[in-house]
Formats: sequence, structure tokens, C-alpha cells
Amino acid sequence: MYDMKALYEANTVEEAVKLRMEHPEAQIIAGGSDVLIQMREGKRAGKELISIYMIDEMRGVKLDEEEAIRIGSLTSFSHITKDPIIQEYINVLGEAVDMVGGPQIRNIATIGGNTCNGVTSADSASTLFAWDAVIELTGPEGIRRIPISDFYIKAGTVDIKEGELQTAVIIPKNSYEGYKGHYIKYANRNAMDIATTGCSVNVKLSEDKKTIEDIRIAFGVAGPIPMRTKSAELLAKGQPVSKELAEAFGKEILEDINPRDSWRASKDFRKHIAVEMATRCFIESVKLSGGEI
Amino acid sequence: MPAQYKLVKCTINGKYTETMVDVRASLTDLLRDDYRLTSVKKGCEVGECGACNVIIDHECFNSCIYLAVWADGKSITTLESLMGPNGELSDIQQAFIDEAAVQCGFCTPGFIMSAVEILESGKEYTRDELRKLMSGHLCRCTGYENILNAVEKTMLRRLGKLPS
Repeated sequence: MYDMKALYEANTVEEAVKLRMEHPEAQIIAGGSDVLIQMREGKRAGKELISIYMIDEMRGVKLDEEEAIRIGSLTSFSHITKDPIIQEYINVLGEAVDMVGGPQIRNIATIGGNTCNGVTSADSASTLFAWDAVIELTGPEGIRRIPISDFYIKAGTVDIKEGELQTAVIIPKNSYEGYKGHYIKYANRNAMDIATTGCSVNVKLSEDKKTIEDIRIAFGVAGPIPMRTKSAELLAKGQPVSKELAEAFGKEILEDINPRDSWRASKDFRKHIAVEMATRCFIESVKLSGGEI
Repeated sequence: MPAQYKLVKCTINGKYTETMVDVRASLTDLLRDDYRLTSVKKGCEVGECGACNVIIDHECFNSCIYLAVWADGKSITTLESLMGPNGELSDIQQAFIDEAAVQCGFCTPGFIMSAVEILESGKEYTRDELRKLMSGHLCRCTGYENILNAVEKTMLRRLGKLPS
């Protein structure tokens, strides 16, 4: 038994918004792999919950009319990894979320929950930052779409207003078309572990595959919230592909990251691995894009 | 606040059931307390150890972090469903015995249900892939090797690549 005060169940997005307005103090629960654990640990004990888990219209991946990739917020990690649209256009996201927890966790945990939880270590978050993802929120006034970088406010806090819930994560066509990416998770175990640091890179090469036309890089656990390291992006953009560029790109991330000492790893260690991760992600992304390095 | 209940209609081990559940209950609570399906173990109760693993609509879930009310409309399978009509063991259970993959036995039902999902896919996996597919379980006795042996051999036998 969970120590919960009351459970309100929504079967549609409309019902969820109504319940959010009626019970502003209640916590939204999607798959529950964060919320129920916090409840068990006493952190959220005695709270009211609004369950949105049964809202099937919030599941699945599809291309919308503008060919943006629309991931319903309740889509589980295992379904994202297996999805043919993800595999074709943004395979790195499927790979990143395949490193979360273990198989049973990936069957219950949702991409919406992972981002709404607001933690920097979320394996989906750095990749979504790197893809310039857009967060869709539905509330009493209708739909609101914001860039993921605005969605994260501070550690554990995201921009969900009264009555709102996150209904989709969207990757616009101009964000993914022509790009290939790679994610590295550094953790102490291969399964059931939280990232010490995570790094996600995607690149778009010129037609002859010799120049970096565009590059994006994002980190998890390099600061209080997931972040882009724009200095490194600027350094590499428009430059010819080379091993030296990969190394300079890696070092440049130190201009922007701000990791902390924690029991998991020291600040210095995180900085050390972050440089190596950026370099390796750069090289791998170039190779995936058909470039030689 | 008075206790809050909900009628949950689901299929458990092939049998249609209707149960009035306390909304605070986990699926582990429902399966153990209402249906005495005690293969579903209470281990860590925070989704880390996999001892409470069951199959819901062909996918594995840790029932300890699954609200019982979410079972409505679903089909749930526990280890008990593997028993033959005269109490026979299934091939994967027998393999766990043959390979000495069971010591204290507490993690075994959870491991076997993950193995069932893997075996039912009908695919052939490498040892490393199996290791990843079984990684949502903790076993403090066996050191995992014998468990992997049991799953790998059963997979190969079902695929006709190892004599039964």
C-alpha cells in the first residue's frame, strides 16, 4: 500500500486538465517510476495524486502535418526505442532512453515523466536539448509550446502552470533533417544506474561530408539542469572535419559546463570525462553522418 | 479521509477477474493478497530488484511500482501460469533447476518471467544481449552465470539449435 491521500484518475487530456484545476495541490503521476518511489521513501507521502497513466491518446510516436516528430508524453522508453520513426530519424534518442534503469523500468517509465521530473541526469533530456525539442503543454487555455531549454527552470522545477500537463515532446523537421547523433552515458554500472554525466551530440555535414555545417551538443549532470555548450558549437560550426577539431571541440565544452562535487563523482572527474565524451560523441556523430575522421 | 476503492476488471493468468481494490494498493498487493499468487515477491518495493516482476500485455513490469488500479482492462501473467495441467514444470523452470540457477529462490520467479518474455519473442540473442535483457533483476546468491546459462540453453532448445 502506498501512503497516498487520494487518487484521481483521468482517462482523457480534458479530464486531466479539469482534475488539475480542481486539485491544484495534487501531484501528477504518469508511469510512477519516480513519483511512487518518492512516495515510498516518504518524500511525497500523504499526497493526492492525479493519475494520467490511462490516457491512451498521449501514447505513441507519429509524424505530424509539418513532418515534426511528435512523441506522446506517455510513450514508454521501450516503445520509443522500438519505434520505426525514431529509428529512422532520431535513432540516438532511442539509444539514449535504452540506457535508463533496466528493462522493466523502460516499460513503465515515460518520456514525459522523465522531463517533467526536472532532473539533470535524465537520459532523455540531454538528447532532447541537443535536438532543440519543443515541449507541448495542454491547459485550461489550450495548447502552449515552448523550447525545452525554457521548460527547465531550475533543478527539480519545470514550467508547468496551473491546470497544465505535458502532452507531447516534439522534434521539428528542421531540427532533425540531415542530422545524425550519438549519446554517451557514463555510469558505474551498465544497468539500474543514474548517469554520472551524459553527453549527446548531433551533426549535419556538408554535401561532400568534409565540413561541419551544423553541430549541437548537450550535457546532463554538467550543471543543475541539462544544458547546451554553445561555445563548442560555435567553435566547430563551418570547420573542416578533422581529429584535431574533435579534440578542440571536446576541450571547448569546459567554457560552459559547471558540474558539482557529489557522492557519485567529483567536479574534476566530471570535467575530465565530459571532455572525452564530447570528443567521442563528435567523432561517432561524424562517422554516422558518413564523414571520415 | 475514508478509504477509496475502485472495481478493477482484468485477466489474471488467463482467468477473468473483478476485484474491488483499495486505490493505494500496488499490483503486488493485489496479486499476493487477493489472489494468493505468492510467486510475486516483495523485495525492494522501489522497482530495483525485479522480484515482483510480472507480464502485463506481453511486457514485463515491476508490479511493486504499478498501481493496482492500472491493471483495469489488462491481461496479467505470473509464474503460476507456467504450471502444466498435472503440476509439470515448464522448460525454462526445469532449465533453472538443471543449471543450478536457483539457490535461495527469492529472485527466481521474477527472473523466469523476464525469461518468458524473451523466449516468447522467438528471437535468438547473444549472451551480451541476454545479459542486458535480464539486467532488471538482482540475485545475491548465484552470481548470475547459471541463470544466463539456463535462459540461453532454453532459447537454443526452443530454436532447435540444442538437443532437448
